[in-house]
Amino acid sequence: MDPEKRPPPVSRRQFASVAAAAAAGFILTACGPKRLRELSRERLAALLEDLEKDYTKRFGTAVVVADTPPIEGVTFAYALDLSRCIGCRRCVYACVEENNQSRDPEVQWIRVLGMNKEKGIDFSESDPYYQPAEVPEEGHFYVPVACQQCRNAPCTKVCPTGATWTEPDGIVVIDYDWCVGCRYCMAACPYGARHFNWAEPTIPRDHLNTKTHYLGNRPRPKGVVEKCTFCIQRVRAGRYPACVEVCPVGARKFGNLLDPKSEIRYVIENKRVLVLKEELNTMPKFFYFYGT
Amino acid sequence: MRGLYVMALALALVASAAAPVALAQHPSPAPLPRAGPPPAEERVEVPPPPFTDGIFPCTSCHASLKVNRVRRPLADMHGDIVLTHDEQHRWCLDCHDPDNRDWLHLASGEKVPFEQSYLLCGQCHGEKLRDWRAGVHGRRTGEWNGHKGYLLCAHCHNPHQPRFRAVTPKPAPARPSAAK
Ligand code: SF4
Repeated sequence: MDPEKRPPPVSRRQFASVAAAAAAGFILTACGPKRLRELSRERLAALLEDLEKDYTKRFGTAVVVADTPPIEGVTFAYALDLSRCIGCRRCVYACVEENNQSRDPEVQWIRVLGMNKEKGIDFSESDPYYQPAEVPEEGHFYVPVACQQCRNAPCTKVCPTGATWTEPDGIVVIDYDWCVGCRYCMAACPYGARHFNWAEPTIPRDHLNTKTHYLGNRPRPKGVVEKCTFCIQRVRAGRYPACVEVCPVGARKFGNLLDPKSEIRYVIENKRVLVLKEELNTMPKFFYFYGT
Repeated sequence: MRGLYVMALALALVASAAAPVALAQHPSPAPLPRAGPPPAEERVEVPPPPFTDGIFPCTSCHASLKVNRVRRPLADMHGDIVLTHDEQHRWCLDCHDPDNRDWLHLASGEKVPFEQSYLLCGQCHGEKLRDWRAGVHGRRTGEWNGHKGYLLCAHCHNPHQPRFRAVTPKPAPARPSAAK
């Protein structure tokens, strides 16, 4: 450490007062801050307002932090057509824009794996760094991977602070205010879907998506984990996720698993469907299918 | 247990014996989709067809031209159209109606407007039409639980050259070794 920057030596008195404050803080925490779902309406409203003020000041533009609740009778699910995806990565960048992911250091919730047709879906043969002049490349197919929104999610079980859980509509969410950055969930996730903010995230001001959700795309601090939320800020308002809208070949399908008339149900009932790493019994709500 | 097995076997035998009969009685195939507005429950919201600027209505030129049914390289007009869509077997007038160029027609001769060109495509690509109607083939706009928008086949596929062109991929992710 630079000797100039070294904090001044702590006197006994200062130490005692800091210790007392810490003890008071602990007591306050124990009966003070609550998890999101335990908060009263008023406290939640105050919390969101504080966040909005903070972000608005930081980014110099009005930011909305919503807490839109799940819709009764809805379980979200996703389906991706492996016979259509051309590996263009439009979805990756639409996701970054929509969900306020850090540009530097780079955080991307979707990773498109380039696969060899002769090897099939084999992760040890996959290459996320492919960069030919044009896609699709002869002899290749592509498997975009993001959070698989498991029904039996390993990540939520290992979190020591209860900062991540499954919402009633099936979306696995993270409360960034509760995340302590231990990254147990990243170790538990078999899909590499969780990403850590190793440094202070940077988002150019004019690229900030100002419509945010508390459990989704609101700006994150350094030291917390984040991942795909099916665009919680969009889908709870009836819209499609950003990646569904942008995909130029229409490979991405989204809807309500509980609605027999949804696109998702049609896919499951009529197409060849698979989930990744089925043998792990994670039971993803993200399905891959062959549309042809 | 054994009894069950025998019963299952017997059932299977009966079923296989009955199968040819069932086949013989199979009803004639469902009639082709009709032109004109489709029934309300299958009416789909689609944006207008992607015409080249100023090309429609076709009759503004074609009404005064004699119909030439001869297969030939197009010299005077439409020379930019390259047909790579089962071109050995097809030609303009297999899809475009010779008597009224503002319409398309099905193999049966039935006319369909450009707004319903999916009926024409669906004659050969029936399973794609079925998936498209269910919202599974092609892009969707609108809302997952509300108003849903579709695109026509021709919004994504050039009907004369339906195969997708290759595109340039967006940049690859940074390798972990590039992290500071
Ligand atoms: S945008 Fe669509 S086609 Fe392109 S990589 Fe993503 S899923 Fe594949």
